[in-house]
Amino acid sequence: MKELIDEKGLRIDGRRVDELRPLKIEVGVLKNADGSSYIEMGKNKIVVAVYGPKEVHPKHQALPDRSVLRCRYHMAPFSTDTRKPPQPSRREIEISKVIREALEPALMLEEYPRTAIDVYLEVLQADGGSRCAGITASAVALADAGISMRDMVVACAAGKASGQVVIDLNDVEDKEGEADMPIAIMPNLNQLTLFQLDGILTPEEFEKAFEMAINACRAIYNAQRKALMDKYFGKAEVGEE
Amino acid sequence: MPEVERKYVTPGELIAEGNYKSISNVIRINNRFYATKVGLAEISHEGIRVIPLTGPYIPRVDDLVIGKIVDFSAFSWEVDINSCFFAYLSAQGVFGKEFSPDRESLLKKFSIGDLIYAKVIAYDRTRNPLLSVSGPGLGRIPKGEVVRISPAKVPRLIGKKGSMIKTIESATNCKLITGQNGIILIVGPPDGILLATQAIKMVESEAHLAGLTKNIQSFLSKYKEEQS
Repeated sequence: MKELIDEKGLRIDGRRVDELRPLKIEVGVLKNADGSSYIEMGKNKIVVAVYGPKEVHPKHQALPDRSVLRCRYHMAPFSTDTRKPPQPSRREIEISKVIREALEPALMLEEYPRTAIDVYLEVLQADGGSRCAGITASAVALADAGISMRDMVVACAAGKASGQVVIDLNDVEDKEGEADMPIAIMPNLNQLTLFQLDGILTPEEFEKAFEMAINACRAIYNAQRKALMDKYFGKAEVGEE
Repeated sequence: MPEVERKYVTPGELIAEGNYKSISNVIRINNRFYATKVGLAEISHEGIRVIPLTGPYIPRVDDLVIGKIVDFSAFSWEVDINSCFFAYLSAQGVFGKEFSPDRESLLKKFSIGDLIYAKVIAYDRTRNPLLSVSGPGLGRIPKGEVVRISPAKVPRLIGKKGSMIKTIESATNCKLITGQNGIILIVGPPDGILLATQAIKMVESEAHLAGLTKNIQSFLSKYKEEQS
């Protein structure tokens, strides 16, 4: 098995076990969308566009009492090291569903009856943890579109590599490591909206990984909030008026 | 003046704790108030509200809107009002109760592509909005230039008791007709239209700043000086 953590306790990309990858979030990057955002989380690069609320086509999908949320997670053919066929794979369809279900609890869909809200996530470059980065960016794009939200949604993964609990796994750690656990939370309401676990953790490791992931989510939430503040209120005036 | 506390908020942010009334764009969980949109939160003795800085146009009864006729049937027109719903304008409301599709053609009044200034007379969650063009100033728009802004920023463009609109109108010799749905019509001389468009775009980009009317006034007077 590949050694993922060296004798100094550093990971293959030089991070400590509890260190996040460099994060950058931008808001309103696409002119034609109602809301949009761009996220760079390590080597992940994802653009998210939100359209809506708008009329539902096909009409039979419309719900009389609330809006329907539709998500499309898609990886560009050039996003991986070997070309990925452009048609949606089984994996992408599943991740689209998982992302939709992670965002739905935060949105006040009952405010927009008989409409649809579309969220398109386009992964330009993938490096492990793209669903988490995608959820984080989608929440920002939805806020940019002005859709009523109970709270933001932030996601981050924790896992286990070379016997140690690590945070924010990259591609290699995800593939070679022992466990990967992406979670998404609503930070102010303190609720969990996504919870997956691939691999095996002992109860103690799980407790530790879960706590680390929650703390990481809170750090990412601050970046989300700052990105929105910068866009809407200008860099100089972040915080109170 | 009653005391009003203001702050910038993002969705999910805690605005205040205590016994307040929630007015708009706020959710209440056990006496804690959270914002649901990006915007300016206002805490006063009346309650808590968030003035959104972005968002779609959701029709309300009595709103005046500018819309475009996109289709018609035997009894009504379908109007695009820059919202998630198409609005209907019934032929009975335009031609009178006696209207019969065999005697009169809807095309006589409005054809596809026409812009109209209309009032929302009925809307609820279950049906699409219904418009009316009976009233002073309502009906087909014959001329002018259309500018679109974010519907959330229309109140800012109008200003307190219409102060912002009056400022722009008097400085540019134009007449501004604002639709609550974010579509603004400017009628006047060509250079006035250009200047008014710039001023409107400025209002849109600086909507969150205090003292906006003053900024616009100085922008307009500076332009005037350059011209003369």
